[in-house]
Amino acid sequence: MSEKKVIPIGPYHPLQEEPEFFRLIVEGERVTELEIEIGYNHRGIEKIAESKHWDQVTFAVERICGICSSSHPFAYCLAVEDLLGINAPERANYIRMIIDELQRLHSHLLWLGLAGHFIGYNTVWMWAWKAREPILDLFELICGNRQNYAMLKIGGVRRDIKEETYPVIKKTIKELYPVLDMFKKVVNDDPVIGKRTRGVGILKKEEGVSLGVVGPTARASAIDVDVRRDDAYAFYNDINWSVITMEEGDIYAKIIVRVLEMFESCSIIEQCLTRISKGPIEVEVRDIPEGEGIGRVEAPRGECFHYVRSDGTNRPVRHKIRAPSFVNVPSNIVTVPGYTISDAALTLAAVDPCYCCTERCAAFTKTGQKVFTGEDLVKLSIEKTEKIKKEYGF
Amino acid sequence: MIKDEVKNLLAGKIKNWEVKNPKRVYFEIDKSDIKEISRKLYKDFNMRLSTITGIDNENSFELIYHFGLDKTGEIFNMRAFILDKNNPEIDSLTNLFKASDWVEREIHELLGINFKGHPNLKHLLLDNDWPKNSYPLRKDYKNE
Repeated sequence: MSEKKVIPIGPYHPLQEEPEFFRLIVEGERVTELEIEIGYNHRGIEKIAESKHWDQVTFAVERICGICSSSHPFAYCLAVEDLLGINAPERANYIRMIIDELQRLHSHLLWLGLAGHFIGYNTVWMWAWKAREPILDLFELICGNRQNYAMLKIGGVRRDIKEETYPVIKKTIKELYPVLDMFKKVVNDDPVIGKRTRGVGILKKEEGVSLGVVGPTARASAIDVDVRRDDAYAFYNDINWSVITMEEGDIYAKIIVRVLEMFESCSIIEQCLTRISKGPIEVEVRDIPEGEGIGRVEAPRGECFHYVRSDGTNRPVRHKIRAPSFVNVPSNIVTVPGYTISDAALTLAAVDPCYCCTERCAAFTKTGQKVFTGEDLVKLSIEKTEKIKKEYGF
Repeated sequence: MIKDEVKNLLAGKIKNWEVKNPKRVYFEIDKSDIKEISRKLYKDFNMRLSTITGIDNENSFELIYHFGLDKTGEIFNMRAFILDKNNPEIDSLTNLFKASDWVEREIHELLGINFKGHPNLKHLLLDNDWPKNSYPLRKDYKNE
């Protein structure tokens, strides 16, 4: 029997930009045990929320994650609306759904690209991210930002989607179908992807139930959960779509679930665009009375859970946030051991851990002067938005 | 109606049953019954522990166990109060399901509640050098 050794991955992860520490205990090539250490990125947002005004919290929680940046404010707004016992107007709900599904598309494409990158298949990475770019352009067109859309507010949405934008969204989605078909074919047929992902990192159903995993991680292990259907918010109950589940529980199943979900998202957006009608986009909310409320949203990674409690003042007295990765990441403890070290990198990424990709950039000249100041970057960003608008004929 | 089944099964053990709306049910239990009731909700009704919210009230700690029933989309919110603020303790649910492992560690370090029977109650989010008896989510916490 070979000697036990420890291989550390992180806190500066060689592939992911996320500070997490995985301690792989290996015997030869095989991983026998995994320990996870987190907390390198803890920002105390629950505590910060207790010192912010109800409306400000929407912006604070948007910054929890740079990828699913509409899921957290969505869940928070639903929680406060649950406390108040109100519903957002019809048009606002459709806008929320469109934004949320566009976000799922770009998030799944980003993950698919990264999965390709992790197995050393960089063509998949580049093609997936190329397909993701038009969706980010759509976001920039609708709300002026590629990330952190600032679309949601308690009682509705902050911005309308202009009618002249509908055809642009429809065209982008139409052009995405053939790309998704290609990815579906690639994942199914490519021998390299098959060898690296089939039968690797299996999460058994009973283990998934005990861990309480959510989202695609659960659905790939035959756990049929999806908040959009189970605790339907907005109009997810009224339109036609289906929940994708797989039996295998391996990485391959996780890829297929996400690829097929993108088709559903495209279909949801198209149906929303045909059903959306004119109307108000918000209801006025003045005071938040005493009480408590829960909001749940199916983020790209799974159920995003927010609990708020009010004591009648202008700030929440308690705001509990449970992001989906909090329950999905511990599943690595059972999925990584038993396989080789080279499989570990991909298995760890297969739950799609949530990165904080709100990186800032600053460029300096040799003499130490800043090439761009903050104002310059804002100016450049506005110019880019204008350029995109011009391209689409606005 | 599953709500009624839950209510009947747990009769005598629960207080302040409140159906806030069709999908949200709140009730209170005695903290010594936590394991028994959680086992029933998990095994008999196939509920999933979404998360636990810990709240520092003026004269007690309040834990809300959010059990989701995915079949119907209902959330059963089970409250347990810990009145002894100097030595707050409650039974851990880790030998029932793994979902409570990380969240109990989180509550332990942020609110200072001791989960009896948790196998690995060390820091999850905070650094190991974090000062002892300093719990950020308590209302009397001062940020130096």
